[in-house]
Amino acid sequence: MLSEQIIAFKTIVRREVVRFMRIWTQTLLPPVITQSLYFIIFGKFIGSRIGEVQGVSYMAFIVPGLVMMSVISSSYSNVVSSFFSSKFQRSVEELLVSSTSNWVIMAGYVIGGALRGICVGTLVFFVSILFTRPVIYHFGIIAFFMMLSALLFALAGLINGIYAQKFDDISFVPNFILTPLMYLGGVFYSIENLPVFWQNLSQYNPILYMVNGFRYGFYGFSDVDIRTSALILVFFVLSLGAFCLYLLKKGTGLKT
Amino acid sequence: MHAIQVEDLTKVYANDTLALEKVNLTINAGDFFALLGANGAGKTTMIGIITGIVMKTKGKVHIFQYDIDRNFAEARKMIGVVPQEFNFNIFEKAQDILITQAGYFGIDRSEAIKRSEVVLKQLGLWEKRNEVSRNLSGGMKRRLMISRALVHNPKLLILDEPTAGVDVELRHGMWDYLRKLNEQGVTILLTTHYLEEVEQMCRYAAIIKNGQIIKHDKVSSLVQLLEMEAYEFTVKDMHGLDKIKKYHPSVRDANVFEVELHRNNELNDFICQVHKVGMEIIDIRPKGYRLEKLFLNIMRE
Ligand SMILES: Nc1ncnc2c1ncn2[C@@H]1O[C@H](COP(=O)(O)OP(=O)(O)O)[C@@H](O)[C@H]1O
Ligand SMILES: [Mg+2]
Repeated sequence: MLSEQIIAFKTIVRREVVRFMRIWTQTLLPPVITQSLYFIIFGKFIGSRIGEVQGVSYMAFIVPGLVMMSVISSSYSNVVSSFFSSKFQRSVEELLVSSTSNWVIMAGYVIGGALRGICVGTLVFFVSILFTRPVIYHFGIIAFFMMLSALLFALAGLINGIYAQKFDDISFVPNFILTPLMYLGGVFYSIENLPVFWQNLSQYNPILYMVNGFRYGFYGFSDVDIRTSALILVFFVLSLGAFCLYLLKKGTGLKT
Repeated sequence: MHAIQVEDLTKVYANDTLALEKVNLTINAGDFFALLGANGAGKTTMIGIITGIVMKTKGKVHIFQYDIDRNFAEARKMIGVVPQEFNFNIFEKAQDILITQAGYFGIDRSEAIKRSEVVLKQLGLWEKRNEVSRNLSGGMKRRLMISRALVHNPKLLILDEPTAGVDVELRHGMWDYLRKLNEQGVTILLTTHYLEEVEQMCRYAAIIKNGQIIKHDKVSSLVQLLEMEAYEFTVKDMHGLDKIKKYHPSVRDANVFEVELHRNNELNDFICQVHKVGMEIIDIRPKGYRLEKLFLNIMRE
């Protein structure tokens, strides 16, 4: 019955939120501190020598990217670590033996993780106000890119958690794939300033589209067409969601 | 009505282990049923498939007539399972574990809180409700698993080796509790490799060996098969053995032989006979593992 699945969904989301709130010194505080250091070092010390980028101060330019970075990595790491640890302790069996359906398992973990991403992103944004005066060009666009990016990387985290067999497996993707893509995703620079080769290569980095779409919501400019950005984002969310459901149905990494 | 109906169930693990081979088994609603088998026989695999933790390779399973694939949610709601090994989130508090589990079964939070109180009290864990699971003793963890399995009021309770590593006192408490549940109409399926437990507790049993059900009967009939019990006699010398040939003794050593006797009273007669023929008995011991013996008898049938 649908109402029962909704209760199961709320149970998972609630458990996820309670978890990251309870250990907030590990889940909420560190990204806020890291991003504040970026504001201080890049924005204040170095940014004062760079001057303006596309008509805004360098500090203002990097705010959306840094917020987006924290949304992405917090959503991802929340789901991958929570899901893997429930697999590791085998408490995931509580879900597997229950009447919760696969799409609810997926939705519960993903929304739970996305909520942490949004929470951290919002905190980082408020910290940025200490350094620069925020401009909001279009709130709807900001919300759209923030939520869909959070969902996308929560899904990616879930897939990582499903496949992970040992603790090393949950740090591989964040360290060796996610971080480089984020740093090369136009958080700290406009790709217009890159040589043509690197500009072209950057176009294959999905994070570039998220950072630019998100930044568009603040300042109304972007390195890429934001409708393309939005479509790419929606496309990735739907495909990863479908793939995730397929893995859950097959029992990959969960059932023997 | 059948609580469990398993048809042609086969399981081949990824490493090609054939854990279950075309198993057929029906368990009636209201039964107190034992699945009896040695380690590695396939008991946990069977339970895993019924409860959704192991993917089956082939076959069908119905729980109170619900197909576990097609009516998965209805089937799952009928079942409460107590796994062989602890599987708690070690940082979660006892009552939270139960409330969450109830939520996964679609039970509204306020109702889940009430249900968790009822089952925690029934299993004597109410004082420990705010303790995180890793701080509980082994026996308490076992009881917490039972209360978790019952939090959504299942009609079928499955316990995988519930007495493994449980002390005698708790074991008796557990048996009493399970008996009461069964009287209230809950069907119980448990696995064990102790024949004695089955004898005391269960009405029906199936015996599983190498992934196949080799016998399924009333426990009382199964125990009949054990009427013959083997004994090992150590004697000073074997000179009179010819004269007790009608008991078919088989020589094991220079002064050791084995006989199979009816449990009722044949042992007494036999000992008298041995004395009569002038053999001096040094030692008598019942032979080994009764479950193994039962297997042999079934195979011989
Ligand atoms: N995850 C697994 N992968 C491969 N083989 C397994 C797995 N789990 C169990 N087996 C094998 O399947 C057989 C049945 O095991 P199991 O169902 O655990 O038996 P029991 O519970 O009766 O002791 C054994 O040979 C065991 O080694
Ligand atoms: Mg087992």
